[in-house]
Amino acid sequence: MKDNPYQPWLATIDDIREEVGGVRPIKTFRLTFQDKNIQKNFTYLPGQCTMISLLGQGECFFAISSSPTKKDYIEVSVMKLGKVTTALHECEPGDVVGVRGPYGNNFDVDGWQGKNLVFIGGGIGQAPLRSLINYVVDNRKKYGKLDVIYGARSSKDLSYKQEFAELEKRKDVDVHLSIDVAEDGWKKFVDFVPNNLLKVKPSPKNSIAITCGPPIMIKFVIQNLEKLGFTDDQIFTTLEMRMKCGIGKCGRCNIGNLYVCKDGPVFSYQQLKNIQGER
Amino acid sequence: MEKFVLPKDKLTAFINEISKKYKVFAPVENKDVISFKQIKKPSEINLGFSNSKVPPKELMFGQTETLFKFTPGTKGKIDPAEIPDKKTVIFGIRPCDAKSYAILDHVFKDEYEDPYYLTKRNNTVLVGLSCTQPAVNCFCTSLDDSPASAKHVDILLTDIGDNYFVEVNSDKGKQLTKTMKTLLKPATEGDGKKKKTVEKKAAETITRAQKTDGIVDKLDDIFENSFWKNIAMRCLGCGTCTYLCPTCHCFDIQDETTLTKGARIRVWDNCMHAEYTLQASGYNPRPERTNRVRNRVYHKYNYYPKNYDIIACVGCGRCIDNCPVDIDIIDVVTSAGEVKA
Ligand SMILES: Cc1cc2nc3c(=O)[nH]c(=O)nc-3n(C[C@H](O)[C@H](O)[C@H](O)COP(=O)(O)OP(=O)(O)OC[C@H]3O[C@@H](n4cnc5c(N)ncnc54)[C@H](O)[C@@H]3O)c2cc1C
Ligand code: SF4
Ligand code: SF4
Ligand code: FES
Repeated sequence: MKDNPYQPWLATIDDIREEVGGVRPIKTFRLTFQDKNIQKNFTYLPGQCTMISLLGQGECFFAISSSPTKKDYIEVSVMKLGKVTTALHECEPGDVVGVRGPYGNNFDVDGWQGKNLVFIGGGIGQAPLRSLINYVVDNRKKYGKLDVIYGARSSKDLSYKQEFAELEKRKDVDVHLSIDVAEDGWKKFVDFVPNNLLKVKPSPKNSIAITCGPPIMIKFVIQNLEKLGFTDDQIFTTLEMRMKCGIGKCGRCNIGNLYVCKDGPVFSYQQLKNIQGER
Repeated sequence: MEKFVLPKDKLTAFINEISKKYKVFAPVENKDVISFKQIKKPSEINLGFSNSKVPPKELMFGQTETLFKFTPGTKGKIDPAEIPDKKTVIFGIRPCDAKSYAILDHVFKDEYEDPYYLTKRNNTVLVGLSCTQPAVNCFCTSLDDSPASAKHVDILLTDIGDNYFVEVNSDKGKQLTKTMKTLLKPATEGDGKKKKTVEKKAAETITRAQKTDGIVDKLDDIFENSFWKNIAMRCLGCGTCTYLCPTCHCFDIQDETTLTKGARIRVWDNCMHAEYTLQASGYNPRPERTNRVRNRVYHKYNYYPKNYDIIACVGCGRCIDNCPVDIDIIDVVTSAGEVKA
């Protein structure tokens, strides 16, 4: 029999960065496996997830927010919500967590080579997109034009500020940040993310659009992508359901006959239209 | 398939012989409730039952199971899992409950192998007992099975009068009966005919029938139909139907701790409760009872067939017998098939 899929490997928190403060804070945790071999063999692709646990508190499922091109560590970005995420936010560098995975499917980074990519993110949904964007940028020559559209309620609520500042300096990536309500000193776009998309107006020709974020944002982003001429099979998103096992056994995360933990979380809009089930 | 007969007065010797090498679980009566328990001596066994109230699912997939132990906290350490691997026999399991294991195998083997279930499954020999008197709500015959089917057991015993007719259906079964040649006599053609007669009679006593022809496609067409709301109106959401179902496999994972010790355990869970899908943000994709009642039926009659090509119901009737408001899976599925889409 293969390895016990329920038993996590131990990893040390090397670094914690506060992305966003306030009532719904987000922190990014950099983790390295205690066992060097596990670190080497933990290979994943953007979009895949991991189950992180605090021994005694429980487990949570997160998108891996680092890019697989970084091989010495993995990162997850965690929004503080309930029991385990709150306990995670109280951790300090040097603390030990359990890690299992990687789980789920991934963005089709091979199939999308040569295409223009449009990333549209909001809130904690930027976590899987960050992995994808950094992967694509690290393999820049393999892809066409890149548009990164990302927004938050206020400038304080934007994650990965340092990384966006670096990205904005590059000539081969177009970054379009926005906030929902005007602020002193903010010179970029003000309004909701779906409207920023209409303003940026990416061409659907030879393009793929990937959107992750709050369900309401995704709904309007998809409507607007369709207005711009994107077809269902050019639009990709990730889904969320409550999870426990992460490996298609506990039954919890089903949408119709599919399990988000193992058949997802990445779905094309074409697939979504054909899945019958609550989500 | 090897076929023998076992004289009824040799049954005790047969079980004693098994007990020498295997841990034996068998139907035992406690305060009028029959369930499968580990036995020390054959006299504890009660074979005068149509089926156990609680299915033997628990013997492969425990109601609570320790996944592993650990030292709690942020400097913690994990102890490797201890998975019981003792050779076990389940004696007297009914053909439908044996089939439930074959159904659960799909989930627990799929992609990631579940070591807790599979270790027990691989170390367990099923010595089944044919039903001669099916209960009022039994309907295995609607689901491609029979009250005397040897398909999903290693050995099947059928009461044919003075003897049990013994069918040995697998290598595990052969291994178990190898040392019993003094107890078992080769079956004659007449014995085989007697078994067929018993099987036919038992099948004829089953009066209830479910119509499952084309059910997968039909359910695809009536997902949004008010039919589900009407059924859900009665449901109390108690979850009895899922806990007692031999094919329900949902579980929760929880950490239990004292100051210095901890265990990650899994416990049966239940899709009929609202908390089941409640997300940390407060959003719930299945907030209404209608969503959940429908999910239970679809899981068995639409999702499972789509994923594994088999209906995840064995027709044991337990959810019907025990539902406090008489929601009846036979009627639900049969009438779903008649809904105008
Ligand atoms: C595919 C996927 C990717 C995700 N990626 C991220 C991410 O990158 N960053 C992030 O901050 N959050 C992410 N989440 C959500 C995150 O899993 C939940 O916020 C987290 O599990 C809440 O746990 P809790 O113990 O704090 O909350 P509680 O409300 O105390 O939840 C108890 C338990 O229920 C389960 N649970 C509750 N809500 C969810 C949920 N929405 N999704 C999955 N399991 C849940 C968990 O096992 C959790 O421990 C993702 C969820 C999914 C399904
Ligand atoms: S759904 Fe009901 S009849 Fe079918 S296997 Fe489960 S408990 Fe038995
Ligand atoms: S046993 Fe009956 S009342 Fe209880 S959850 Fe099941 S269908 Fe509803
Ligand atoms: S989380 Fe258990 S089946 Fe998906």
